[in-house]
Amino acid sequence: MATTNLQSYELMVIFTPVLAEDDFKAAQKKFSDLIKEHGGVITHQNPWGLRSLAYPIEKKTTGLYWVLEFDAPTELNAKLEIQMNRDENVMRHMVNKLDKHAVAYNVRKRNKNNEVAAS
Amino acid sequence: MAKQNDIKYLTSTRVEKRQKKYCRFKKLGIRYVDYKDAEFLKKFVNEQGKMLPRRITGNSLKFQRKVAHAVKKARQMALLPYVTDLLK
Repeated sequence: MATTNLQSYELMVIFTPVLAEDDFKAAQKKFSDLIKEHGGVITHQNPWGLRSLAYPIEKKTTGLYWVLEFDAPTELNAKLEIQMNRDENVMRHMVNKLDKHAVAYNVRKRNKNNEVAAS
Repeated sequence: MAKQNDIKYLTSTRVEKRQKKYCRFKKLGIRYVDYKDAEFLKKFVNEQGKMLPRRITGNSLKFQRKVAHAVKKARQMALLPYVTDLLK
């Protein structure tokens, strides 16, 4: 597969809070594998875990958040979208295109967090 | 008597000079408005969760637009409420 035009994206998913720890991991793996299969490269992933929502979604007040940064060819998004809509565990998802400032911001934030964790 | 009145006018009438508003993004050199940082975005909404106008925040047009997009994304992902009372 030709992977000439890679574009940086950020995916944020809210899974249903009823998932167990292992199911949550499995769901993450499912989508990251899907991205890798279609010629994407994962730069960073950050499971936020359980968080309370600002308003109820599907009559639930909490959700499992997951943030993933990846580089992928542009055709991937449509496929990812279909898989997201099909999956019943996904309450909500959003893919964002990252510009160069956003990438720099994310890298800086990550380094900062690492320093805090190390010290 | 007339002289006293003149003096009254010559003394400085105390008008408070308001500090000039500035765009905090330009001043602090922030290039990207992150929609994931809900605490930061709360500075740009009122207690009901509505966006504050540029007249009050002092943002430049460019960054007000970016803030608006970020707030809308945060609302979609349930990081900020669409409507509430007593957000802050």
